[in-house]
Amino acid sequence: MTYGVDVAQVRLEHITKTFGEGKEAVTAVDDVTIDIEDHDFMILLGPSGCGKSTLLRMVAGLETPTSGDIFIGTKKVNDVAPKLRDVAMVFQSYALYPQKTVRANIEFPLKVRGESKPERAAKAMSAAQSLGLDDYLDRKPGQLSGGQRQRVALARAIVRQPAVFCMDEPLSNLDAKLRGETRAELVDLHRRLDATILYVTHDQIEAMTMGTHVAVMNRGQLQQIGTPQQVYAKPQTVFVARFIGTPPMNVMPPGLFERSEVLVGVRPEHLQLSSNGVLSLTVRMVEQLGHETLLICDAVGTRVVVRQNAEAPVPSIGAELRVDASEAHRHRFDPVTERRIDG
Amino acid sequence: MAADTGATERLHGARKVGRYALLIFIAFLVLFPIYATLMQALKSGPDAIKNPQSILPINFTLDTLRAAWRIGDLGRLLLNSLFVAVLVTIGVIITSLLAAYAFAFLDFPGKGPIFVCFLATLLVPVELTVVVNQRTVDSFGWINSYQGLIVPLLATTFGIFLVRQVFLTVPKELREAAALDGVGHFRFLLEVATPLCRPTLGALALFTFLGTWNQYLWPSAIITDDAHRTIQIGLERLKTGDFDKFNLVTAGTVIAALPIFAVLIAFQRQLVRGLTAGAVKG
Repeated sequence: MTYGVDVAQVRLEHITKTFGEGKEAVTAVDDVTIDIEDHDFMILLGPSGCGKSTLLRMVAGLETPTSGDIFIGTKKVNDVAPKLRDVAMVFQSYALYPQKTVRANIEFPLKVRGESKPERAAKAMSAAQSLGLDDYLDRKPGQLSGGQRQRVALARAIVRQPAVFCMDEPLSNLDAKLRGETRAELVDLHRRLDATILYVTHDQIEAMTMGTHVAVMNRGQLQQIGTPQQVYAKPQTVFVARFIGTPPMNVMPPGLFERSEVLVGVRPEHLQLSSNGVLSLTVRMVEQLGHETLLICDAVGTRVVVRQNAEAPVPSIGAELRVDASEAHRHRFDPVTERRIDG
Repeated sequence: MAADTGATERLHGARKVGRYALLIFIAFLVLFPIYATLMQALKSGPDAIKNPQSILPINFTLDTLRAAWRIGDLGRLLLNSLFVAVLVTIGVIITSLLAAYAFAFLDFPGKGPIFVCFLATLLVPVELTVVVNQRTVDSFGWINSYQGLIVPLLATTFGIFLVRQVFLTVPKELREAAALDGVGHFRFLLEVATPLCRPTLGALALFTFLGTWNQYLWPSAIITDDAHRTIQIGLERLKTGDFDKFNLVTAGTVIAALPIFAVLIAFQRQLVRGLTAGAVKG
């Protein structure tokens, strides 16, 4: 199943959204500008309350921006009703109609549009088959597992062949194993549909594995936008450096790693044990994860994590180590603005 | 230890016996007047006078019931009551759904205060409004008419409140998903929200039907002719003044109550489900 229609570019220009008025006003989204290309799988990533869902809801038309413009294709959609935006949304809670069967749920958007019964039955069947739901068509959502329900929600979205898919943490209610499987399915679905997808998550693994682009947000502001590799390799702010990567980047205070007035960040896998290393560490804890070992260390009150191969010798608790990092793997940030210095 | 367990078990047993005894006593208090009324209706007139307090009829007979049916023209009265109760029930369901939808899903200025005003009407006793309502209905020329019996009862705060509470449990995402699918308010109400509150609507229908069937004050305030009399005020006719037809009214009451029993027995599961809806999650 691929699209016969043009999919669309989404452009957000200086979007601000404020809830409440006067002293109680809260700015959920603060002057965000993002260009989402045709066929892009754009991930809006950030911690809870960073404004990513609000941004998505504004694209879908469920919220109105306080200021700024939203374009889908070439059309400004600020004042366009949700149903006329050609956007389908997949919710975290699935939002399936509980009293309708899977078939009726998938067909419902087509029925609302007045498509003929045979036509919508064929489209629903095709959508259901593409997501492996053909055996469950006559069941009600309550009789399905979380993963199956999520697939029904996806089928209901793709059956409409919308210009843009908005997905609001669709995998959050699934267990870890199913989440992994569904991640792969979504990537495959994006490839098959070749559609524009906006995907909100707080899970950086989802962002890194699924997105063609990632927009990292914090406190309503856009921190950085780029491919997952760019965001990982060259974080533009301390927040992004600490948010992306498990375990996150070690961001050390001025003077600890280098004799300079800047914050220095090094990813745990880029810290090399070396007898003449610049930083002296004391091992506080060792986490052996099977495929790798994490050494949780202390450097004059700063927590530093070192990642090692599982085969490397494991130091004992309390051992003194010296580590170093190559110039290419050092990230420097302004201690005041917390923005990247070396471009 | 064993003695302790034995004592605890005895205490539990005693409590259980006490509880059942209390329940049996309450059931007796509730059921005995109904039983006594039924027995009275199954006595002949003279038997009722001679043995007013006997629990069983001396000469079991259906004559009194037949006489009540004939003299009171109860068939006509029952039809009137049925017509009014059915229409009011349908009307209350419709108005409750529409108003509850507005209060639960729509945003409009003054929504909160308007809802509070609605709720406040629950504090006003019906008796207080009867005179004013009677005058209003009179000004419409609806005295002695079906519309007079039906229209003032078509919307109830209770119904709106009940349905609104269920609507509030419908996830917001469901309305949003429907909006994105292009579903308008009316279609969402009919196809999504209403099926979700079917048990509550069943209970509301039952309450409304029973409440309307048992209406006494309102019909007696606006109906004076025979054509529109409902069963509850029509029983008046059975007070013939004849000494030997003393239990005709009792027999009429039994006939008037039969449809209610039928409805209750048919829909009691719905009633219990409606009453417990919201009380138990899931």
